[in-house]
Amino acid sequence: MFALHRVQVRYPGVLALDDVSLDFARGQVCALIGSSGSGKSTVLRLLIGLVRPTAGEVRVDGMPLATTSLQDIRRRLGYVIQEGGLFPHLSGRDNLALLPRHLGWTRERIAARCNELAERVRLPVSALQRYPAELSGGQRQRVALMRALMTDPPALLLDEPLGALDPIVRHELQTQLRDLFDTLDKTVILVTHDVAEAAWLASRLVLMRDGRVVQDGGIADLQRTPTNDYVRRFLDSARRLPERPA
Amino acid sequence: MRRVLGIAMLLAVMLAAGAHAAPPPVRIGSKAFTESVVLGEVARLSLREHGIAAVHRRSLGGTRILWRALREGDIDAYPEYTGTLVQELLPGTPADADLAMLRARLRPLGIGVTDSLGFEDSYAVGMRATRADALKIATISDLRAHPDLRFGFSNEFMDRDDGWRGLRRAYALPQRDVRGMDHDLAYRALAQGAIDLTDVYTTDAEIPYHHLRVLRDDRHYFPPYRAVFLYRLDLAQRVPDAIEALRALAGRIDVQAMQRMNAAVKLDGRSETDVAAAFLGVSAASPVQGMAARILQRTREHLALVGISLGLALLLAVPLGILAARWRRLGHVVMALTGVLQTVPSLAMFVFMIPLFGIGAGPAIAALFLYSLLPIVRNTHAGLTGIDPALLESAAVMGLPARVRLLRIELPLAMRSILAGVKIAAVINVGTATLGALIGAGGYGQPILTGIRLDDLGLILQGAVPAAALALLVQGVFEGLERYLMPRGLRPGVNA
Repeated sequence: MFALHRVQVRYPGVLALDDVSLDFARGQVCALIGSSGSGKSTVLRLLIGLVRPTAGEVRVDGMPLATTSLQDIRRRLGYVIQEGGLFPHLSGRDNLALLPRHLGWTRERIAARCNELAERVRLPVSALQRYPAELSGGQRQRVALMRALMTDPPALLLDEPLGALDPIVRHELQTQLRDLFDTLDKTVILVTHDVAEAAWLASRLVLMRDGRVVQDGGIADLQRTPTNDYVRRFLDSARRLPERPA
Repeated sequence: MRRVLGIAMLLAVMLAAGAHAAPPPVRIGSKAFTESVVLGEVARLSLREHGIAAVHRRSLGGTRILWRALREGDIDAYPEYTGTLVQELLPGTPADADLAMLRARLRPLGIGVTDSLGFEDSYAVGMRATRADALKIATISDLRAHPDLRFGFSNEFMDRDDGWRGLRRAYALPQRDVRGMDHDLAYRALAQGAIDLTDVYTTDAEIPYHHLRVLRDDRHYFPPYRAVFLYRLDLAQRVPDAIEALRALAGRIDVQAMQRMNAAVKLDGRSETDVAAAFLGVSAASPVQGMAARILQRTREHLALVGISLGLALLLAVPLGILAARWRRLGHVVMALTGVLQTVPSLAMFVFMIPLFGIGAGPAIAALFLYSLLPIVRNTHAGLTGIDPALLESAAVMGLPARVRLLRIELPLAMRSILAGVKIAAVINVGTATLGALIGAGGYGQPILTGIRLDDLGLILQGAVPAAALALLVQGVFEGLERYLMPRGLRPGVNA
């Protein structure tokens, strides 16, 4: 569905992506992992048109991104960032209704979709009356996820969606996200720096470092046949709990 | 946002509708001092006695403003002095020009002049009689022996070629402590001993009242200032009888009569209308307005000035602020321009507007409009550029068109800042609008100006107190509006 072909992105003084080629198949859940500055968020920002490649090409459904209307592409994508990106002046419900209203949905259709999604992400419908500042971190991310799903786009781009949550909420949302991905059948590209989270949610992991792809495959491939020492070290950095004394 | 604009426009339209009716045919102007206002009333009442509808736009300002208003056709006639014509308005006219010569020189300008009304009101300088006696000063030449004397002259006298500059040259006066002030304040300063000498008009009621000595002009520096009416010659086509009525006033007012009328207004506190009516032996017939009605009318005028200028400024400044936030380079230009406007002194700004908008509420609204731009543009710009970039990105990646993003997301997020800017502009306007009275715009400035002219503290307070109250009220209204318009999620204290 998305393809990067020999893409380079240069910010003033920094090479954010260096000759990266990636293919994201329809229906696949893929996680981009790596430490900060590795270029994983830049891949997402390329796909949604917030960043333009300085060299190479980005294709969406086989069409070069430059030739398609950005607005059309964006409406076919749901995008969630770390802090949710909810608009503080709108209630949860108004945040959800923003795009559908513009697309001419009826009030009833919007309400029905809100209820359906609230059930999916296990958010009490009453919470939608509240403003973002009145919601907990987990609730905020649930609303943000609902907003991304409102118009049922074929693809979801998630940039560290659980990065700012406390461990228990994070664990709970990881479980729900996996259920969601299993049932929705969407192309999902997820950025995270947490290997365990990536392995739990995604069938394909792309490990990046300094703007290049280091290894691309399932978690088992990365564990069994790491292409180099960095992959091994990155995987080992996921700390396990110490053994409980008997 | 739409709500704000809606309210502003509604306010502007309502106030505009209430503010002004169609102007009656003959418009008399007067300068901002008692004698001129009295003569303006004399003219208005005698026109009325001739069955001619007339209005009097009183206390419009200084010579320049009246002269320009007459030439531009904003007024049809006003009282003037021959000396001013010679010295100030008709450059190159010989100092001993008679009325026939003045008339000939005015004709090409489309201006006519009546014969002398019967008295002279010449410039002179005066000091307290006791002080003059103590220093043995009787003539202007005697001043040379006392270089330490403090002079306080009316601003007009300071600025005019035939005022202080010429006087100093003619008499080689050595004094260094010379300042400009309002003519009426100068009398008070003189009475309190804050200054030693000021310029006076020979018909001023204060001369006997404050026991002043008018110094003899031993070098005949001051030209004669015979009182006349100037009028537009085209009045002959529009209202032919009006010119006849003005001419009929010639020779009817002698210097004692004028001094008595000035005293009746300035010292006895009678209205110019009453005094002029008593002189003409007609009824004043102006319905005496109670204080409440007067204040109400001034409030309406004041609100119109502030409301219309602010409403128009909103319509321009918010879009300008949006453009400035979108294009940085344009933003710099817009900010610089509106910033420069703000540095123009308010009195000068009001006067600059006269050639463009005439006199009255128009130029005052234009000036206030220009002053309102900076706070609104700046705060709109600051509000928009201060939005968290992550929110702007979130809005962009939703695939909403720019217009929808602006209306639904960016402007609401910038609302607090924009409203603060509008509030600042409104409060400043309430204060600055008092200066509008100088160019005939009415409002609370009218009693303040008249109060200063008549040295009447009560009258000053009639303007100053409501102006201050209105400023507080405007502040309060905007704070309420802020609460009403501010989305709940942005109000302080909303938190999980």
